[in-house]
Amino acid sequence: MDFDLSEEQRLLKDSVDRLMADRYDFESRQRYAKEPEGWSRDLWSAYAELGLLALPFDEAHGGFGGGPVETMTIMEAFGRSLALEPYLATVILGGGLIQHGGSDEQKAVYLPQVATGDLRLAFAHTERQSRYDLFDIGTTARRDGGSFVLDGQKSVVLHGDSADKILVSARVAGSRRDRDGIGLFLVDANAPGLSRRGYPTQDGQRAAEVTLEGVRVDANNVIGNPEGALPVIERVTDVAIAALAAEAIGAMDEMLKLTVDYLKTRRQFNTTIGSFQVLQHRSSEVFIAVEQGRSMAMFAAMMAQDRNAEERRKAISAAKVQIGRSGRFVGQQAVQLHGGVGMTMEYKVGHLFKRVTMIDILFGDADHHLSKLAEAGGLMAA
Amino acid sequence: MDLRFTDEELAFREEVREFFRTSLPDPIRRRMIEGHHPSKDDLVTWSRILNAKGWAVPHWPVEWGGTGWSPVKQYIFRDELQQAPAPEPLAFGVSMVGPVIYTFGNDDQKRRFLPRIANLDDWWCQGFSEPGAGSDLASLKTTAKRDGDHYIVNGQKTWTTLAQHADWIFCLARTDSAVKKQEGISFLLIDMKTPGITVRPIQTIDGGHEVNEVFLDDVRVPVENLVGQENKGWDYAKFLLGNERVGIARIGISKARLKRVRELASLERVGDVPLIEIPRFREKLAAVEVELKALEMTQLRVVAAEGRREKGKPDPASSILKIKGSEIQQATTELLMEVVGPFALPYQPEEEGRNEPTDGPDWASTIAPTYFNWRKISIYGGSNEIQKNIIAKAILGF
Repeated sequence: MDFDLSEEQRLLKDSVDRLMADRYDFESRQRYAKEPEGWSRDLWSAYAELGLLALPFDEAHGGFGGGPVETMTIMEAFGRSLALEPYLATVILGGGLIQHGGSDEQKAVYLPQVATGDLRLAFAHTERQSRYDLFDIGTTARRDGGSFVLDGQKSVVLHGDSADKILVSARVAGSRRDRDGIGLFLVDANAPGLSRRGYPTQDGQRAAEVTLEGVRVDANNVIGNPEGALPVIERVTDVAIAALAAEAIGAMDEMLKLTVDYLKTRRQFNTTIGSFQVLQHRSSEVFIAVEQGRSMAMFAAMMAQDRNAEERRKAISAAKVQIGRSGRFVGQQAVQLHGGVGMTMEYKVGHLFKRVTMIDILFGDADHHLSKLAEAGGLMAA
Repeated sequence: MDLRFTDEELAFREEVREFFRTSLPDPIRRRMIEGHHPSKDDLVTWSRILNAKGWAVPHWPVEWGGTGWSPVKQYIFRDELQQAPAPEPLAFGVSMVGPVIYTFGNDDQKRRFLPRIANLDDWWCQGFSEPGAGSDLASLKTTAKRDGDHYIVNGQKTWTTLAQHADWIFCLARTDSAVKKQEGISFLLIDMKTPGITVRPIQTIDGGHEVNEVFLDDVRVPVENLVGQENKGWDYAKFLLGNERVGIARIGISKARLKRVRELASLERVGDVPLIEIPRFREKLAAVEVELKALEMTQLRVVAAEGRREKGKPDPASSILKIKGSEIQQATTELLMEVVGPFALPYQPEEEGRNEPTDGPDWASTIAPTYFNWRKISIYGGSNEIQKNIIAKAILGF
């Protein structure tokens, strides 16, 4: 058991932290949000130069063979700075699906392009009716000769508006809520029949509604088994949840820091309000919530690649429960303890609160994962 | 970073598990599972089994019977012991006065007391709290006045756990009242057989007799029983209370309790359905399991950092362990209350009722008393509110 970063991980952390400190203060972040795609192309290039976009991939595909701990390090820094770039959509989700589900040829073609920053991906999965059930897929993929024809509608596709290619899940066989019969298709964003409507999300990021009408996909753009993609989707979703847990910790840690600083400087009743015990205790409770969350983010990182899918899923659900609960408490209290200024758009803390709120919702909120965990028999066997 | 146990640590866990499986006497194990307090005999028997194995005081220096295990192995040992579930060695001796003696005591005191603590030949109790000195411990009023080769001790201690069995008490007493309150306190070891000591039981809300008042009336204590220097007792007390916080998360105990909840909730039925299959109940249980897993990871982070910390300086993050550890333990007692349902009501005083048949399942009688009794754990060892003060000051810098 060892909680220390290795020398290489330490170097990675230092370089990411330095980049974000130099170029991602809150004012810059608000400026990047106004760029045409809602994020910074310059920073995207900087991530590529640092090797962040190549991190989780095999060396054979231009990657660095990094694991969940490396991802955790990056995501925590992104969370602290409220980074806007499509790292989760492109590297973790899109790249992850190709890495874990794709053929050697697909990996050899696409992963190096992701690594250099030239290819941006998105994962079109959620549908109007599916809520958080990963298997609930109504979009269809009809076999037509050697290819497939896709019809349906996808919602809340993260960074779907700026993606070059979109990974689309669609039902090849079975009925809407079957676990089997789901395929995964790599579709060009400009393919005939694919239309998308981009929009801003509550936390200042971007998403899209994607409509597929008779979109033709060649057999060589099917990712993995066309009727058995669900295990890969679940696996990559679990990796994404572990990444989001780390991002949430970065955001929570930043809220704690801003809040404690504020309490130490804000004066009322002729003293700093941080001298009041009720506010000190609340801050201690926020600290505990952050640390309990951090522990579960580490647990998620440790379990995200576990070979036992059942244990992995339970661990990830447990982490998502803790992150959701900690995030809600920390975010609400950070706004509360800042008073009026916490309510303003021009101050960072409210944006951090909104981000952790959206992270709770992504891939299933705390209640969803609690009931999944409970159904699976809990964390401890009797 | 690798958060898994190493192969060596896993092998060690197996060894420890196997020892507890084969060496913990069945009647003791059964009483622990059923939620009874271990009796004095249980604790003496078990402590001597551990001591014979060389595992009674693993965290002590090797020359006084310690094992030299890494902090992670110490943690594994404690966790497995709690999950067995086996009685924990008497904390007042092995975790409190023992470390004070081997850290601040003289050689005579070490030779005289430490081996007898490890073997539970001497039963120790703690004379810190007083009626007017609880969270504000330094305001204590018990006095020790020098008279030749003796101190004459006068005062009253309270909440003295298991003093009814004790051979010795370690006491904080005021030896100088002219200075700042923290600077005039000394740490004394007092033989409970000394004339002038009276122990009076306090019955707690669960109906049990765990704590006592101890009256000290012109008690003559030889000066050789002073630990360290006169008037430095507050430093030793802070050291002791810091040690106390480390073991206080009691994650193994909560694991064993949650296992018990799951077992009993599979037996109890709501209509035709076992309670464990009611979604509302099992989600509540899963929520506590999540908190416990988070705490376990936090505990391991504190343990892993321990090797790098200055000896005897507790990690302020251990206040998290106290707060969350106590809240989770209390939550497990609430879950058991929900499981037992109406059969929480019958009250059976411990001394009298052991052979009376119970109204309801035979495992029911300890559940409500445990729930009531366990309210103590967010109060003792520095109440959870005091722990929040510690976090605010030592970590957040208020």
